[in-house]
Amino acid sequence: MSIRDIFNDLSYGPALESATEAHGFLASHQGRFGCFIDGKFSKPGTCFATKNPASGEHLADVTQANMQDIHKAIAAARRAQGPWAALPHHARAQYLYALARLVQKHARLFAVLETLDNGKPIRETRDIDVPLVARHFYYHAGLAQLLPTEAPDLEPLGVCGAVIPWNFPLLMLAWKVAPALAAGNTIVLKPAEYTPLTALLFAKISCEAGLPKGVVNIVTGDGATGAALVDHAGIDKVAFTGSTEVGRKIREATAGSGKALTLELGGKSPFIVFEDADVDSAVEGLVDAIWFNQGQVCCAGSRLLVQEGLAERFYTKLRARMDGLRLGNPLDKCIDMGAIIDPVQKANITAMVDANKDGETYVAKCVLPEGCYYPPTLITGLNSASSLMQEEIFGPVLVATTFRTPSEAVTLANNSRYGLAASVWSESINLTLEVAPKLRAGVVWVNGTNMFDAAAGFGGVGESGFGREGGWEGLRAYLKPKGQSNALLKPANPVREPTSPQVSGIDRTAKLYIGGKQVRPDGGYSSAIWSQTGQLLGHVSLGNRKDIRNSVEAAQAATSWANTTAHQRAQILYYIGENMSARTDEFAARLKNLTGKSGKNEVEQAISRLFYYAAFADKFDGTVKSVPLRGVAMAMNVPCGVIGAICPDEAPLLGLVSLMAPIIAMGNRTVLVPSEAYPLAATDLYQVFDTSDLPAGVVNIVTGAHLELAPVLAGHMDVDAVWSFSSKGLSAEIERLAAGNLKRTWVNHGKAKDWFDPKSEGRHFLEAATEVKTIWVPYGE
Amino acid sequence: MSRQRNQGMALDLDWVSAVQANTSAIERRAATLPTRRSVKKDHQAAWLCKAISVIDLTTLSGDDTKGRVARLCAKARQPVRPDLTQILGMEDLTVGAVCVYHDMIEGARRALEGTTIPVAAVSTGFPSGLSPYHLRLQEIKASVEAGAQEIDIVISRRHVLTGDWQALYEEMSQMRAACGAVHVKAILATGELGTLRNVARASLVCMMAGADFIKTSTGKEGVNATLPVSLTMIRAIRDYKTRTGFAVGYKPAGGISKAKDALVYLSMMKDELGLPWAQPDLFRFGASSLLGDIERQLEHYVTGQYSASYRHAIG
Repeated sequence: MSIRDIFNDLSYGPALESATEAHGFLASHQGRFGCFIDGKFSKPGTCFATKNPASGEHLADVTQANMQDIHKAIAAARRAQGPWAALPHHARAQYLYALARLVQKHARLFAVLETLDNGKPIRETRDIDVPLVARHFYYHAGLAQLLPTEAPDLEPLGVCGAVIPWNFPLLMLAWKVAPALAAGNTIVLKPAEYTPLTALLFAKISCEAGLPKGVVNIVTGDGATGAALVDHAGIDKVAFTGSTEVGRKIREATAGSGKALTLELGGKSPFIVFEDADVDSAVEGLVDAIWFNQGQVCCAGSRLLVQEGLAERFYTKLRARMDGLRLGNPLDKCIDMGAIIDPVQKANITAMVDANKDGETYVAKCVLPEGCYYPPTLITGLNSASSLMQEEIFGPVLVATTFRTPSEAVTLANNSRYGLAASVWSESINLTLEVAPKLRAGVVWVNGTNMFDAAAGFGGVGESGFGREGGWEGLRAYLKPKGQSNALLKPANPVREPTSPQVSGIDRTAKLYIGGKQVRPDGGYSSAIWSQTGQLLGHVSLGNRKDIRNSVEAAQAATSWANTTAHQRAQILYYIGENMSARTDEFAARLKNLTGKSGKNEVEQAISRLFYYAAFADKFDGTVKSVPLRGVAMAMNVPCGVIGAICPDEAPLLGLVSLMAPIIAMGNRTVLVPSEAYPLAATDLYQVFDTSDLPAGVVNIVTGAHLELAPVLAGHMDVDAVWSFSSKGLSAEIERLAAGNLKRTWVNHGKAKDWFDPKSEGRHFLEAATEVKTIWVPYGE
Repeated sequence: MSRQRNQGMALDLDWVSAVQANTSAIERRAATLPTRRSVKKDHQAAWLCKAISVIDLTTLSGDDTKGRVARLCAKARQPVRPDLTQILGMEDLTVGAVCVYHDMIEGARRALEGTTIPVAAVSTGFPSGLSPYHLRLQEIKASVEAGAQEIDIVISRRHVLTGDWQALYEEMSQMRAACGAVHVKAILATGELGTLRNVARASLVCMMAGADFIKTSTGKEGVNATLPVSLTMIRAIRDYKTRTGFAVGYKPAGGISKAKDALVYLSMMKDELGLPWAQPDLFRFGASSLLGDIERQLEHYVTGQYSASYRHAIG
């Protein structure tokens, strides 16, 4: 083409970023990489190829780590962990600072290598991924520096095993490595099979940072390698980012192991546009939401909800915008979308879209290059029932439906198993700030999308997983309270029926407490409870799975509790304490009868604990994060929802109160299963609740066998979290069943807890009872 | 190429009041514009020639003289050294127009005789637009009589700042009527309008009142053309085209001095509005120093060596 031809048609020519240096890095390893273990690359073993998705070009051979490699890596990490954790915090901060600086110094090499290996546009790796990686290490250098003074009661977990996906290979590495190291852990990380190269480059620069050997280990391989790492007994924590399907398997595989777990999984995040939105900006927001990284983003705004009156105009604008997107060689600085990660993924996307018969499908009229590319696609006119409205596509495909009112928008948005992110577009501050907190998501962006920063927590609820990455809340997932007891919990058994029972007084029946009423158990069975001296204390109802079902329904119906003011919740907790106090002697006598031990102290401690969480109800404040944005990122502590709790036997009253109080103080509703051995300490509370203005359904109590009731709660799809401090050894079963809806769990793993210890109250209970929800609100007129 | 002029429409206040502009989102989009497109080598050279062809080469100084204007017009005729245009195959390249004050129109016309380069005159009490209203209208007529082929008017910012859209509409309509067959560019002075929402609404009202072009700035405000302002205005142009079918032109003025900036603007126009909006009849740069930077880049393209200002004729 002559200059004049181009002058006339203003075509964009190729503007390719050079890949010479990146190929040079690969060549410096002869194109074959071993694992990075104990500070050096091991000899390459059995290898698999990693390819450039855009061209199919073979980039390098990478080792398929075997069991022995994993043993070695974990052993190296274990050896390194003690000395690493023992380093002065300032020294750890310096290492993280060095990593941040080195990422910046090698920024272009990382960006080009990432683009070669992943197929995403160089603009994204250069302007988004790599700068976020550097920022993450800087931020965590700061956390490492401040940790001893800001969180003196916490200590590292030990050795972390991390398995990360292919969509943001280096960024996800940073999200795992930075907090693990800042907290004093060491790590064995398995990058995705498709995209191992930047992790290997990172391994190399970690040597330039002088990082002690064994602190960071990289094992490459496929899903089997990841599974072997996750299953290995030598790790203390599993951090996984990837699909919900694999996340569920990891939840099941780690159940009962005592390994800490965080999962950042899939999503079908709603992108809600109200008719008073800045429509062009919302359209542009969608470009960043669903056509960023070819839509292969867990938090992609993939589900468009538009107010009905605006819909047609919006779709028209959107289609025109889609036509203008440029697809092509990811190294070209003049393209918007690169290649799909692999032909397998392209086939998945194609199959899902082709299987859909609903709505209208619009394929962008942009030039589609040969190879592993998929065109920007919009499917309008779908209903919630369409499977594409529910299933994650993980490609550049946007599905859309309409809504009429704000409350319908919220209902549609929340009609999903996932809960990762959401975008809300409206020029009304009232509307956006009303809607944002109601969306079931870990991150909400107001008039924006896909904003990330190391200071702001990122992570989901529901089947999008649990745990946060970024901020202090993210670091918390790599720490545990200091000085936890390792003493084993002995099972507590009810007093057996005496040979010569003593029965006196009016017959008393303890029913179940469901929806604010005392109700008979569905099964119609009761069990006698005897005192230590052989007196009949009364009968306790034996709840069954239907009673659990009814309790969860009652708890779910009590939604207004979450919106009750914190002050009001505090008042009710104080009131419960006040009413219990009036009956101190009665509760003390009951405890004495049940356990044979003096109950007075336990009652007083329980009242104190009620006051403690009443005090905290309006003081467990969220934070405003210092993110690089003109605006605010508000990290709000929001209730989990409905929490099922299997209460301890060691302190039948105090233990129950220690769980119930933080749960309801934070606005959750609960189903409590009291101590199986000593249930009457709990059933006596019904009358206290009835006189304390506690709304119906906020606390439900089902007495009965832990072995029968706990699995029902753990498997219930409408329960958001399960805690268990039962002495019945239920931890593994609960964690395994929790995989169903990926509810959060907090179980004792058979370890004893001293409920009288001041450590048995505190912020960690409140953290377990809340989700950090980050709402980004950019502003400016 | 002749295109139907914007015939305007009745003032539609419902539409005006429904206009939204989210500053933060617009700024974020604007920030990525320079990073999303890149033109290199032959393409860059061709695009830079295109940028020259849409420059309104401007002098708006109190000390302008006939001689100064003649020099500017000579540069307008031959914006790039002939040896370079010859290699580029762009010997007939000229700028889009020459833009001067009323008193300089005649000199400019004379200096541009034999070319198709139009003379644009700033008018209506430029830059503040606060001279008596009837005189502002007369000034337009005088400039048209003096041979100006384009009139750049300034709007009364106070109408925007007080939300008096009716007054703005009437002012613009009468100014357009005063221009007759001559095309009129409406300078919004966006740096003085306070918010992007005001920019969007003022853009729309001026188009409804028949403006052929909307233009950011006089070059005399504290803040002149910016990418966020440009995005806001061209989105308004797009909406107006969709609703009425009329194509209105866009002229960012002031603050665009680098060749790279010009490329960003051109790609924005092409991507947001389409190729016709990257041509002189629908797009102009109001700029005085931009040309110098482009010339140096073009010489670099031709020779492979970095250039220097003194190697190119001043305008």
